[in-house]
Amino acid sequence: MSAPTLKQAPLQENTRVMGVGAYRPSVIVTNEDVCQWIDSSDEWIRQRTGIITRHRAPADVSVIDMAEGASREALQKAGIEASELGAVIVSTVTHPYATPSAAASLADRLGATPAPAFDISAACAGYCYGIAQADALVRSGAAKYVLVVGAEKLSDVIDNTERTISFLLGDGAGAVVIGPSDTPGIGPSVWGSDGSKWDAIGMTHSMLDIRDFAAAGKRDTALSEGEAAVTEAALWPTLRQDGQTVFRWAVWEMAKVAQQALDAAGIKAEDLAAFIPHQANMRIIDEMAKKLKLPETVKVARDIAEAGNTSAASIPLATHRLLQENPELSGGLALQIGFGAGLVFGAQVIVLP
Amino acid sequence: MASNEEILAGLAEIVNEETGLAPEAVELDKSFTEDLDIDSISMMTIVVNAEEKFGVRIPDEEVKNLKTVGDAVSFIANAQA
Repeated sequence: MSAPTLKQAPLQENTRVMGVGAYRPSVIVTNEDVCQWIDSSDEWIRQRTGIITRHRAPADVSVIDMAEGASREALQKAGIEASELGAVIVSTVTHPYATPSAAASLADRLGATPAPAFDISAACAGYCYGIAQADALVRSGAAKYVLVVGAEKLSDVIDNTERTISFLLGDGAGAVVIGPSDTPGIGPSVWGSDGSKWDAIGMTHSMLDIRDFAAAGKRDTALSEGEAAVTEAALWPTLRQDGQTVFRWAVWEMAKVAQQALDAAGIKAEDLAAFIPHQANMRIIDEMAKKLKLPETVKVARDIAEAGNTSAASIPLATHRLLQENPELSGGLALQIGFGAGLVFGAQVIVLP
Repeated sequence: MASNEEILAGLAEIVNEETGLAPEAVELDKSFTEDLDIDSISMMTIVVNAEEKFGVRIPDEEVKNLKTVGDAVSFIANAQA
């Protein structure tokens, strides 16, 4: 009797981004609004960040609601039914449950059940991490179509009165469908992490500190360091960053990563139709474009002016706007790069849908 | 090895590119923030470009000690030595 031959999934050579969807929540926060909370001015904020407004979600709109809005448009643009999805990936740091995932609920709402569904935590690099995974899943034959969503309700984790990051942030969701292609549509992902800078961006304290602070009220002993941190700030953890360290890392190290993604794809800066970096700060975007020596023919995504920094949602949101305002870019090459808390980063060259 | 004059000229070029200030306005005794009106983000951009131009490393914690153009020129000259 001959030994049985194990069957492995057939490989898929090429993948592409098939359609992009966006959800921009209804509340518009202007720089004048921000100046009620911090001592600043419209001019100062515009000059330092390029931000004019940000969208924020009302209390009754959740991360999953926004993800659903963006996903429905992405599926429709891609011409794919939710039931055809082989995986649903949500990149978020603001889904307010450690478990279950936002992705499982999203898959159910869309009618994608029983597709595998999971969240990834890679902050502002989350969308590019999602594309790296979706590309690998489709190419390996593990899934035919994969939904990748970046969805954030950052307004839930900010302190409006602090000055390092809160005034930059907005809410929103962007989604794409990745699927098989006859021609190459997603270049190699250049992605990584540098946990030695774990403290550069992140939450003021952990959830355990909240639990222990609540417990401390019921006993006579002194507060631990973690509990004291909770008292001094506020009970609810909010985001902080060391702006100078992050700015320098973003401009200097990320321009190198972006160049590596171009090299890996065999593409030159002048071959690009668009550059779509994470919308962190207009000055980072401008400086990166300069370091990459992008010719003026390359359209640079500047959604940040209107949307603020929406972490994992920023690249798909910016892509959506770019295609809406410049439909002729469809079919052109775009370099996308995400970078943020971890620190983590990811970049790839894609063909715009 | 660049002379102090060459470092000053190189820095003036970087400052000019970032802020549009005339290179001759960038003098040794000028304070980056008070005289040249350079904000923290511009300062980091200047630091990153100076590192590249002069082949030196300027740590984050050192940047706040670079109050005047002269401070930056001396730091770069020492780092190159």
